[in-house]
Amino acid sequence: MSKFRSNGKREMPELNTSSLPDLIFTVLFFFMMVTSMRDVEVKVQVKTPTGGSEIEKLERKSLVSHIYIGPPSKQYRAIYGAAPRIQLNDYFAEPEAIREFVISERESMYEKDKPFMKMSLKIDQGVQMGIVTDVKQELRKARALNIVYSAGKEKKD
Amino acid sequence: MGKGKRKVPGLNQSSTADISFILLIFFLVTTSMDTDSGLSRRLPEWDPDAVEQEMKIKERNVMTVQVNKNNEIFVKNGVINRVIEVSELKDIAKEFIANPDDNVNLPIHEEYDIEGYGVVFTTVKHVISLQTDRTTNYEVYFQVQHELSKAYSELRDAWARKTFGKHFVDLDETQQSVVKGVYSNKISEAEPKQYGTAQ
Repeated sequence: MSKFRSNGKREMPELNTSSLPDLIFTVLFFFMMVTSMRDVEVKVQVKTPTGGSEIEKLERKSLVSHIYIGPPSKQYRAIYGAAPRIQLNDYFAEPEAIREFVISERESMYEKDKPFMKMSLKIDQGVQMGIVTDVKQELRKARALNIVYSAGKEKKD
Repeated sequence: MGKGKRKVPGLNQSSTADISFILLIFFLVTTSMDTDSGLSRRLPEWDPDAVEQEMKIKERNVMTVQVNKNNEIFVKNGVINRVIEVSELKDIAKEFIANPDDNVNLPIHEEYDIEGYGVVFTTVKHVISLQTDRTTNYEVYFQVQHELSKAYSELRDAWARKTFGKHFVDLDETQQSVVKGVYSNKISEAEPKQYGTAQ
């Protein structure tokens, strides 16, 4: 019996934490790889519509340029009003500016990627078609014909 | 000189974990994992010289989908001519595109030569004309586009299973392009006009 009885005080063995930094470094590297710094500050409120089976993921982010359309966020309302606006890069723009935007985006791409350029239209649900049609017409003029109506995928129904 | 052997004192590494934690948290905060997704479309070429050409399309080959300023969806083809719900659109479009019963009021089946496969009987000449008003809600327009896409991909999938015995997504690239040729996307968006609004 006395074989199993503890003999008085026993110290709790200390946990070996020497591998903890390695573990955390691994997680750190994972996040460093998948990270892509947000490059523009979105100044419009955009809640894209949701769809189902037809929504495709966009591969190769380097091919994609974004155009945001929606009502300006609260802090910009005073200056720009609440009517939907177009945002290119970091500033509000008129539809006519899209052509220049497309040209400069195209300029920054590799030669072989240029034909595959895609414009991702991040458009708020509540926007009216008029502004969307204007943008599409400008994109046609700029010969940026591949577009994506940005949308989220619905949760499993 | 000291005593021969001297132990090198171990470097205290207990703070490495904290340092890397800080780095980790920084990347966690700045990371944006959201992958972009959406509905792909290709716009038609812009041709400034194009005069409004009267396209000679037989009436049976055309389906008009109009979304007006009240966001009502009006569909007109050989067999239907009324306001519908979004949920009905897919089946109406499927029936129109495939015309399974060879209805004389729906698109005509014609021989069509597909590269790498051969001749198929399909409704090559069908056109779905999508018209919107400037005040149509984008959400409704998107749902219409989505339903039409769904109609095409379900037809493609059915044809792929019938012909190749596989789902469309499991086919290789050449087979996929064959199937896309059989039911190719013929959604045409009208040049912007003002419909039904006071001038």
